Amino acid sequence: MSSAPLLEVRGLNAWYGESHVLHGVDLDIREGETVTLLGRNGAGKTTTLRAIMGILRRREGVIRLRGRDLLGLPLHKVAKAGLGYVPEERGIFASLNVSENLMLPPTVAEGGMSVEEIYTLFPNLHERRSSQGTKLSGGEQQMLAIARVLRTGAKIILLDEPTEGLAPVIVQRIGDVLVELKKRGMTILLVEQNFRFARKVADRFYLMEDGRMVNAFPGHELDARMDELHEVLGV
Amino acid sequence: MSTIFGVPAPALYGQILIGLINGSFYAMLSLGLAVIFGLLRIINFAHGAQYMLGAFAAYLLLSYAGIGYWLALVLAPLIVGAVAVVIERTMLSRLYGIDPLYGLLLTFGLALILEGAFRYWFGAAGQPYAAPAQLTGALNLGFMFMPIYRGWVVVASLVICLGTWLLIEKTRLGAYLRAATENATLVQAFGVNVPLLLTLTYGLGAALAALAGVLAAPIYQVSPLMGSNLIIIVFAVVVVGGMGSILGAIVTGYVLGVLEGLTKVFYPEASSIVIFVIMAIVLLVRPAGLFGREE
Ligand SMILES: Nc1ncnc2c1ncn2[C@@H]1O[C@H](COP(=O)(O)OP(=O)(O)OP(=O)(O)O)[C@@H](O)[C@H]1O
Ligand SMILES: [Mg+2]
Repeated sequence: MSSAPLLEVRGLNAWYGESHVLHGVDLDIREGETVTLLGRNGAGKTTTLRAIMGILRRREGVIRLRGRDLLGLPLHKVAKAGLGYVPEERGIFASLNVSENLMLPPTVAEGGMSVEEIYTLFPNLHERRSSQGTKLSGGEQQMLAIARVLRTGAKIILLDEPTEGLAPVIVQRIGDVLVELKKRGMTILLVEQNFRFARKVADRFYLMEDGRMVNAFPGHELDARMDELHEVLGV
Repeated sequence: MSTIFGVPAPALYGQILIGLINGSFYAMLSLGLAVIFGLLRIINFAHGAQYMLGAFAAYLLLSYAGIGYWLALVLAPLIVGAVAVVIERTMLSRLYGIDPLYGLLLTFGLALILEGAFRYWFGAAGQPYAAPAQLTGALNLGFMFMPIYRGWVVVASLVICLGTWLLIEKTRLGAYLRAATENATLVQAFGVNVPLLLTLTYGLGAALAALAGVLAAPIYQVSPLMGSNLIIIVFAVVVVGGMGSILGAIVTGYVLGVLEGLTKVFYPEASSIVIFVIMAIVLLVRPAGLFGREE
């Protein structure tokens, strides 16, 4: 627990135009950790990811990756620093086929998965590699969105609600993939509303409310905190 | 003499050839417009002026530096592309994300300035530009005589259109371009230098227009207004094909060129408006264009 965090967020504020959405968010992720961000609809989870990636440009505070400041970087340099982004809306391109979608993000570092490894992990994608990206089912699109950033050698992947709207078997599959990634030492920042899913992989939880971090606790405390979570998440 | 639908066959073939030539220019120019619009969301009104600049670059290279047609075919697009890159970096790039009307106004203003300046320097009359010696003369096709240079223009434009299409559909750079056309922010978040991609795309579109201008120089003469006469028709072609559709722009360009040629044979009075009539019908029936995606 004493090692310096891989990703360090301090006092992050962010705005959509004039509307102030994040209020001093703090967040740490150590190498190899899976950290899950919980919070009800509109709490600011997606905004936190977008602000870290630099997609949302109006930000103040500190975002450091291995001590390197990300806040001053242009958007396309952030991925090169080692972040891989799997957006909530998945972002599969209709004008690209599955294999083009997979190959789209440029490599950012050594050590990404090879295309063969990816197709072994996601056999469906291999079968449908020449289909139009958006012709895939929702679950397949989600897998493609994840697969796409595994190729690049990103050190941290930011996953925004990968199970949203998917059938239980697919959720199970995605859970297996995350467990596999964790085994390989990938660092993951996961946004989830489904904490039954998140408990399988999360080392730690952060709880967000109204653009603020209101709580943080280790994964094994999840059960003891169920009542409290039910109340905050309103589920 | 043989006739087809009461029209002498040579006259018919002649007009189809002229239609194909015009169609070649419609295709090359609307292709560039469609690529630029697709990614930059800028309606490039300066496209005709960039075509004119290409022709003038060839003319000036020959008159002042003795550089001939073949080298001009390479140099003129590079020069005009470089000018376009400067325009994009210093002016157009400030207009991204706001109402496309501003981009249209800016490029329209640029076109007026460029055409005005060239008219001031060279007068409104056209300057002749000779086809290279290798491409002069005519070929007997059996059913008609075809000037070799015209045949060359049709073949060259097909190669250019096909090459551009392959670049966009089959290469990595093309995949970036297609993806960024859909969602530029996400492509940039993956680490692609999208601002650079935008600059290159505008440069490429302008270079295509300039290349068409060099090809046109021996056929239409080199004049400051050669682009503004053509660009209005090209906009109609783009509307018919569908803004942002690459293949649509190419196919529509050739087809409308030939249709216009045929109209000259069968109903000459309508030949100058037939493309606009088709545009009006398409706008009524399929506002997104024949090949455009309805949004
Ligand atoms: N593009 C936008 N412009 C303005 N406000 C926005 C925008 N996107 C989100 N917001 C606001 O920012 C706040 C945080 O939204 P955010 O999308 O980060 O929530 P979330 O925690 O990801 O919610 P969900 O679980 O529904 O995905 C909300 O109040 C939302 O209305
Ligand atoms: Mg969200």
